[in-house]
Amino acid sequence: MTTDSHSILLLILLLVPFLGAFVVAPMRTSPGTAKAVALGIALLELVLTAVTWFSYSVGAAATQRFQLVFDVPWIPAFGTRITLGVDGIALVMLALIAVLVPIVMGSSWADKIPEGRTASGFYALLLGTQATLVGVFAATDVFLFYVFFEAMLIPMYFLVGRFGGPKRQYAAVKFFLYSLLGGLVMLGSVIGLFVVSGNRLPAGGTFSWEALQRLSASVPESVQIWLFLGFFVAFAIKAPLVPFHTWLPDAGAEAPIGAGVLLVGVLDKVATFGFLRYCLPLFPAASKTLAPLVLVLSVIGIIYAALLAVGQNDMKRFVSYTSIAHFGFISLGIFAFSTQAFAGSVLYMVNHGITTGMLFIVVGMLIARGNSRLISDYGGVSAITPALAGAFLIAGLASLALPGTNSFVSEFLVLIGSFPREPVYTIIATVGIIFAALYVLWVYQRVFQGPARGDAVLASVAGPGTMTDPNTAEGAAKSTFTDLTAREIGVLAPLVVLVLLLGFFPGPVLDVINPSVTATLHEVGLPDPVGGVTR
Amino acid sequence: MSTELIAAAAPQIPTATGAGGLAWLLFVLPGLGALILFLAGRRANAWGHLLGCLTVLGAFAVGLAIFLQTLGLPADQRTSELHLYSWIPAGALNVDFGLRIDPLSLTFVLLITGVGSLIHIYSIGYMSHDPGRRRFFAQLNLFVTAMLLLVLGNNFVMLYLGWEGVGLASYLLIGFYQDRPSAATAAKKAFLMNRVGDVGLALAIFVLWTNLGTVQYSEVFARVGQLNPGVVLAVAVLLLLGACGKSGQFPLQSWLPDAMEGPTPVSALIHAATMVTAGIYLVARCNPIYNVTADGRLVVTLVGVITLLIGAIIGCAYDDIKKVLAYSTVSQIGYMMLAVGLGPAGYALGIFHLLTHGFFKAGLFLGAGSVMHAMNDTVDMRHYGGLARYMPVTFVTFGLGYLALIGFPFLSGYYSKDAIIEAAASQPGWRGLVMGGAAMLAAGLTAFYMTRLVLMTFFGEKRWKELRSPDGQEYHPHESPAVMTAPMIVLAVGSVGAGYWLQYDQRLATWLAPTLGELQEGAHGAISHSTAAVGTLVLSALGAAVAYLLVGRRPTPVQRPEPVSFPVRAARRDLYANAINEALIARPGTWLSRALVYFDNKGVDGLVNGTAAFLGGSSGRVRRMQTGFVRSYAMTMLGGGVLIIAALLFVRFGTQ
Repeated sequence: MTTDSHSILLLILLLVPFLGAFVVAPMRTSPGTAKAVALGIALLELVLTAVTWFSYSVGAAATQRFQLVFDVPWIPAFGTRITLGVDGIALVMLALIAVLVPIVMGSSWADKIPEGRTASGFYALLLGTQATLVGVFAATDVFLFYVFFEAMLIPMYFLVGRFGGPKRQYAAVKFFLYSLLGGLVMLGSVIGLFVVSGNRLPAGGTFSWEALQRLSASVPESVQIWLFLGFFVAFAIKAPLVPFHTWLPDAGAEAPIGAGVLLVGVLDKVATFGFLRYCLPLFPAASKTLAPLVLVLSVIGIIYAALLAVGQNDMKRFVSYTSIAHFGFISLGIFAFSTQAFAGSVLYMVNHGITTGMLFIVVGMLIARGNSRLISDYGGVSAITPALAGAFLIAGLASLALPGTNSFVSEFLVLIGSFPREPVYTIIATVGIIFAALYVLWVYQRVFQGPARGDAVLASVAGPGTMTDPNTAEGAAKSTFTDLTAREIGVLAPLVVLVLLLGFFPGPVLDVINPSVTATLHEVGLPDPVGGVTR
Repeated sequence: MSTELIAAAAPQIPTATGAGGLAWLLFVLPGLGALILFLAGRRANAWGHLLGCLTVLGAFAVGLAIFLQTLGLPADQRTSELHLYSWIPAGALNVDFGLRIDPLSLTFVLLITGVGSLIHIYSIGYMSHDPGRRRFFAQLNLFVTAMLLLVLGNNFVMLYLGWEGVGLASYLLIGFYQDRPSAATAAKKAFLMNRVGDVGLALAIFVLWTNLGTVQYSEVFARVGQLNPGVVLAVAVLLLLGACGKSGQFPLQSWLPDAMEGPTPVSALIHAATMVTAGIYLVARCNPIYNVTADGRLVVTLVGVITLLIGAIIGCAYDDIKKVLAYSTVSQIGYMMLAVGLGPAGYALGIFHLLTHGFFKAGLFLGAGSVMHAMNDTVDMRHYGGLARYMPVTFVTFGLGYLALIGFPFLSGYYSKDAIIEAAASQPGWRGLVMGGAAMLAAGLTAFYMTRLVLMTFFGEKRWKELRSPDGQEYHPHESPAVMTAPMIVLAVGSVGAGYWLQYDQRLATWLAPTLGELQEGAHGAISHSTAAVGTLVLSALGAAVAYLLVGRRPTPVQRPEPVSFPVRAARRDLYANAINEALIARPGTWLSRALVYFDNKGVDGLVNGTAAFLGGSSGRVRRMQTGFVRSYAMTMLGGGVLIIAALLFVRFGTQ
């Protein structure tokens, strides 16, 4: 493998947030500086990611599985190496992280830090999360991937457990244990891969993804199935697929908004990324055999989580359940084995990060004003905060995949790409779009439309001469329920632009994704079910 | 699953040139207007409505230029396409962001931008006292943008973009009065019932892609003959499901009357003249598909017949002026649906009625808005009466629209509706009897409910004199300002003359022939043309006469009479459509959702937690679970893992 001139780019991308976390962490006494430095590092990372994006050659993707490769030995005794590299799929995920982290920081700027905690700790943990996420997407060595997969639990555990809501300890431990256990099962399969490759290669076992992929055809299906299951359980918990999902609503509800965005927006995508990068190419026979099982879990998730989202009264739990429904679409696309469905799933990962991130952030802004997570504590909010209502509606419409928003393109690709091979599951999933409309619009109706309701809202609509006394608590709340501030507009504006830009012009991103999903389909060993027409 | 397709030569469609090359301006102009109005916020309050009107008028001018240029070409060169960019490229799928400019799409462009301009202008006056006027114009511009994308797209995905886009605009505008719970509920209901239809449309696209490998109109229509009849029928029915949602057709009709919660200009433009006719556009656009499936066409006609009867029956019972007009719209679109279901004998007739209906129903709604404007926004006709003298312009324009709608000889509706009735009646065998008979009966009912409406509103004693409106104001009926009456006058002229002008020398049918094929005359069927024509006239006259006897000759009670006979009760309750939806879908759905929330909290989470506690050997540990007891989680995961692996093995070995 040749290392070209850009080879240290990914290493830099990994080290900048990692080292940045250690720079920010000690700034305990000056939270303002800590925030500014952290944001500066995140913006630097954004610039570096843009450089990476333009260094990646779409034209070369057909012949080079990974680009911008960095490769040094790590533990020679086990054949582990520090190998970084990206294909189109990993590249768009890196771009998503780089865009979301500064936005998350901006949205958390005015958050109240719990007693005994410091802003420096919070922002250092955000950078730490970013570093582990870059690592998990850029690793092309299976053992290195496993290390980052486990490592990313640590900063997220502290983010939820230290900075979260009232039940943060419970949620954090639940999240940690679910993930850790999944990780341990995966470790079994990682070691299994080493053993299997050791039996087949003269030079002994390897963790190199490319070497393992070349071997995959020679591994018997029964072995593949056990190895597949190890990865699958870890990813099914992480994604999460029903019935492994119950940790997410708790974690999503208790996490501080910024951490919630990264948790649901990016961290969970590691699982669906893992399906595409590890399960399918390394265990092609097992993937095809076990596809019906994943498809069943996917469509159950789409309908079941949507119905649960309808029934939620806690807005953060509501967003978490909508995400579980969306993950069903992503895994449906991955196990439907077509270029369109794969491309749709990858784009879905990006789009879901943007739209659910935006939904989380807007919900956070609402909660900051009304001091309640409960839908029943609000009503008629659009009358006093039209811009906030508009932002929620845009995020909600993107979440229900309205054409013109980014999510439509990905959901459409998943469904149209899944239909030829899996018509029955696709029909059920398509019915899910009705439920998506129901849960989004019903929340919008209860919170933003109708007559004013809830203490905070009522206090701020009450005009002079009403029963509201400005000296009471309700009266004081009046000044807090204001429309979006300039900072909040600055946080939301890039997301709105992305929603529309990727809705109408997804071409440049799809061009990056397409060659890599074609390669993945080739590795599975299946032809596209629909050949299309010759023009 | 076909991996290889015979590359049948799709006809090469020329690229649009001249004015046609500017067709993108059609949707960009109102789109920009909407964007600016949304972003500018309160700063645009002073001039927002003017920008809204100008962008739509600009689009109308562009549309007119393209129309005139196309008219100058020979008939076989009137179809062109404009490729803008590649929207969704993924492997063999390449969704074009492209426009198709042909007689059908141009007809709609002129209708949308023409009637749209009039209603924008009217809204300046109608919304002048509303603090949300700028938001209103932004949303109305958004609607025009989406509707133009719907009719201009050159593939099914562009259609879907416009299709859901108008759904969004409709949702926003029905819920325009945000503080009214009824408006918010109606808006949500409209969007959801439309989404049910959209699922059909989406699945139709997936079936076409699977079998033909394309979503482009030209390629689909060129190859539709290769499909087996079952697939074509499936596509035809799925497309029809989409059409039923958007056009308020049975069984998805019940959202449209509720949509009257929106401001009246919205009812005129979206829920009468343009958006709700998108279903008719869809069937007409897909005529190559419906041409090859007689069963599919039969389903379309049945939906049309059922709907035109439902709408006409319920229209007789309501006292809310807008709801009567809404059910009238449901019924009239039923006529159009019946027409396009007749295939080559009816496509052009459906579009013909769609155009004349666009004139007179928009005019009727604007007239109703003018009346409401004068009556403190009251919609209950029992509170009206004797308004003809106070609002002469409204009375005359509304009266002309009324006569056009009931098919008074030589006005617009007379030509377009009778043509449909005659074509339906001339179908062979039972079909002609059922379709023709139902259409004639509904014509009689139409005359009844519209005469009742006009009598209750404009004639009789002034029932509002001793009343006060809900907000305590007295009624001071007055004619509306010129900015409102001028569009009503233009539409009234169309209501009178458009029918004659469009049918003269088969003008419209000939113009549409490149897209829809030649209009075929059904020669001999169950009921002859002359019998159908005379029968329709007699039944309409009878309906009007009965209305006069029941309503015109005796005072109208201000309180709605109760109790009433069963048919009236059923009609007042929308023939129980809402009750059925409630009982079969809404209530079970609510219960299911609640049960699942309980199950997920106590069941799935509780099951894994409980299993862990059980395996841990002590039920007392269940309580400790809540504090995050480590071992029990480990057991939880183990339990879950064992379950899933058992399931995996079952799938693996159970299917061999």
